[in-house]
Amino acid sequence: MKEQWQGFKPGAWAERVDVRDFIQKNYRPYDQGPEFLTGPSERTRVLWEKVLDLLAAERRKGGVLDIDTSIVSMITSHLPGYIDKENEIIVGLQTDKPLKRALMPSGGIRMVVGAAKAYGYDLDKQIEDFYTRHRKTHNQAVFDAYTEEMRRARKAGIITGLPDAYGRGRIIGDYRRVPLYGADFLIADKEAALKHIEYEIMEEDLIRAREEVSEQIRALKEMKEMASTYGFDISGPAGSAAEAVQWLYFGYLAAVKEQNGAAMSFGRVSTFLDIYMERDLENGLLTEEKAQELIDQLIIKLRIVRFLRTPEYNELFSGDPTWVTESIGGIGLDGRTLVTRTSYRFLHTLQNLGPAPEPNMTVLWSQRLPEQFKKFCVRLSIETSSIQYENDDLMRPRWGDDYSIACCVSAMKTGKQMQFFGARANLVKALLYAINGGWDERLGMQVGPRFAPITSEYLDFDEVMERFDSILEWLARLYINTLNIIHYMHDRYFYERLQLALHDLDIERTMACGIAGLSVVADSLSAIRYARVKTIRNSQGYVVDYDIRGDFPQMGNNDERVDKMAVELVIRFMHKLKKQKAYRGAEPTLSILTITSNVVYGKKTGSSPDGRKQGEPFAPGANPMHGRDRKGAIASMSSVARLPYDYSQDGISYTFSIVPRALGKAREDMVQNLAGLLDGYFAMDGHHMNVNVFDKETLEEAMAHPEKYPQLTIRVSGYAVNFISLNREQQLDVINRTIHGLI
Amino acid sequence: MTGGRSVDSDTLMEEIEQYRHFYKPTGGGVTASGGEPTLQPEFVADVFSGTRKLGLNTALDTSGYVEYEKIKDLLEVTDLVILDIKEIDEDAHLELTGVSGAKVRKFAEAVGELGIPIWVRHVLIPGITLDPQKIRRLGDYLKTVRGVQRVELLGFHKLGSHKWELQECPDPLENTPAAAAEEVEAAKQALRDMGIVNVV
Repeated sequence: MKEQWQGFKPGAWAERVDVRDFIQKNYRPYDQGPEFLTGPSERTRVLWEKVLDLLAAERRKGGVLDIDTSIVSMITSHLPGYIDKENEIIVGLQTDKPLKRALMPSGGIRMVVGAAKAYGYDLDKQIEDFYTRHRKTHNQAVFDAYTEEMRRARKAGIITGLPDAYGRGRIIGDYRRVPLYGADFLIADKEAALKHIEYEIMEEDLIRAREEVSEQIRALKEMKEMASTYGFDISGPAGSAAEAVQWLYFGYLAAVKEQNGAAMSFGRVSTFLDIYMERDLENGLLTEEKAQELIDQLIIKLRIVRFLRTPEYNELFSGDPTWVTESIGGIGLDGRTLVTRTSYRFLHTLQNLGPAPEPNMTVLWSQRLPEQFKKFCVRLSIETSSIQYENDDLMRPRWGDDYSIACCVSAMKTGKQMQFFGARANLVKALLYAINGGWDERLGMQVGPRFAPITSEYLDFDEVMERFDSILEWLARLYINTLNIIHYMHDRYFYERLQLALHDLDIERTMACGIAGLSVVADSLSAIRYARVKTIRNSQGYVVDYDIRGDFPQMGNNDERVDKMAVELVIRFMHKLKKQKAYRGAEPTLSILTITSNVVYGKKTGSSPDGRKQGEPFAPGANPMHGRDRKGAIASMSSVARLPYDYSQDGISYTFSIVPRALGKAREDMVQNLAGLLDGYFAMDGHHMNVNVFDKETLEEAMAHPEKYPQLTIRVSGYAVNFISLNREQQLDVINRTIHGLI
Repeated sequence: MTGGRSVDSDTLMEEIEQYRHFYKPTGGGVTASGGEPTLQPEFVADVFSGTRKLGLNTALDTSGYVEYEKIKDLLEVTDLVILDIKEIDEDAHLELTGVSGAKVRKFAEAVGELGIPIWVRHVLIPGITLDPQKIRRLGDYLKTVRGVQRVELLGFHKLGSHKWELQECPDPLENTPAAAAEEVEAAKQALRDMGIVNVV
């Protein structure tokens, strides 16, 4: 055993990379309450004040404080940067200054130039020239290969949000490997692996694998070099809790210096770190104050991760999210809880530092979580609206007990699995194509395959479904083919060498497709089936609006007639995706998640047969349409819980908002009721729930006086945002969503 | 019938059962509220016995303006009575509600005698019930009723005032302001100071 491992129980983990084995053999479950927690240290307080000032300055400057226009960001590109060296106990910044955004042109140079320009910066001409003429970017490569049909579909927005101009993200390095093993062990492991990638015939797969692993080794070496500029030698394992937190952060920092993926998630680190904390506490090397200080300061660093984005990107994913998702809690395969004191310490940062959207705190909920922990989480939700919950009992059988959530709802086995992020397809538009024979109602041109449009005055359910099925068939094929190009090129031109260095050699891959507008389509089909839907046509004979007569069941009221339509649609589309051949043997999966893009998708989509007017937003994620769920919160949840996770394994996002008094009058009642709602929703196999507890009036007040609410955080479709950083349109969308006034 | 829908107890039981996952973890059960549930005692009793068979609690949310003998069967399957005491003084009760409060008080006492726990709800309306003297009398009275486990003082609010307009009726409390949070809190504290426990 290495000296840094003294006091740990040995096991397979000491011989080869196996973080789960280390955790299982060494962690100490904690089933008591939060009484042991302490407030922020003086150093943390001073540091956080400084960061709050910087954040205020960033807001005043329109959302971007500074941009690096002359150094192409790499793991070792920048000299060490600090916020306040004296008070900073966890160090490392993406660039030389806090909140200064790094230049990452490999995803696409035009995006970088455009983003810089939008904030009043000019990029170094040489760099622009270099990435335009000499070094191809991911974006250029993708457009070289896109077919005309793909370009049309992209323009029309039937598939959109595609990662074809920036990093795809949603890949989680197992950053825990850095402190547990140290860089040299990991390098040796990859060098040994390289020796096995040799067969008789050198074909494309092998050549690529050899090149990738060589890049991984290089990245690990650079990570070591970067750490040394901060004065740390990370070649060996971390020997203390302080080192473990710092080593771990270096691993993550190396990733976000080079990759600007939409979601750069953190993994599942709290219980891992707890083992180091417990050892140091036991040996008298650490106090609770110091333990909390380490976590508070780590969280401060995670709160200031930034990427340079264009205004168009912000429209899709607003509030400048980075999805530094940290998964907390859950139950192990042996039945012990994975909650530790450090799980509490992570969540406690919401109290010590105040609420914030990042890191994206994700509690893996199980019916069997310790009661005190449940109450603690829920109490924090009531106070901060900053936590999301995901059903561990639903995921554990599929992904084991060491999975992490990427982005919002995508589970993956940490260090053993990755996904090819595929954004989403607009199913409302697909339905309109079914009615108009592939003609796009907004562009006024043919986008889908030209087949006979529906000509009847009133829509007939069977006729619509038959056409809809054909359109979905076309869409699934086009969608996967488009993603195949994107990810082929991403692997070539913007490979995540550091993150994948922190994965096993052989990894599982999923092709993570998604859908937007599920409740709009379900309600539309229900209207066609149960009411009378009259078509309103333009002069060319295309349907541009609908007149609905009579009532029809609507999603969100626990009415099986319409909920079943949503369920069947998910299964139908998933079957079609499964038939396609995905790049690199990836397994197609599906998510029902929109982030804030439900607003943009809605904008690009004509009126639909459910009565939604042209340009109006869809509901976010798997939510029922706002205002149509009239039977209270539990009925709304019950509808969404019907959606089958088996056919939507990349996650089903549900955002739940409730006014405080609907949860009860006394704080104790509120806590019990909210915990009970989570237990109930997850017992019905619901997958994910964002919990917001606020009054509409608070949000309206924050719109009017943003300066008074710098930290007001709300949950939207799988992530949290700072409410005042949303644009007006999105703020209104949030306010117009159903906020349940009764359970 | 205007508004609402008619439903038989079997159908309602099916609906109740659909939400079975939610009752236990929230410590919840089925509450019959109003309108006035004691106007349909057989129906509510049916639903309550079904609910109890599922192992769940039953609560009756009532104005208490009912002779308890008439709803004896219903009370037998009731685990909790949530009682709305609108006004403590007899004359004012008559003026505010149009009926005597004696019946309500008698009901409360009878429920207490049966050993059924009671939660009292009382709305604090500025200029009507929001008065320190009245709060004191309310407290004195509550001390005499058996089974009171919790007292909820609710500040009058204006969130429902638009409904009068929708119904095209004049709002009798149009000029009454909402109760101030501090006043509501002071009233709660007054009751607590009198030794009444669990005032929320």
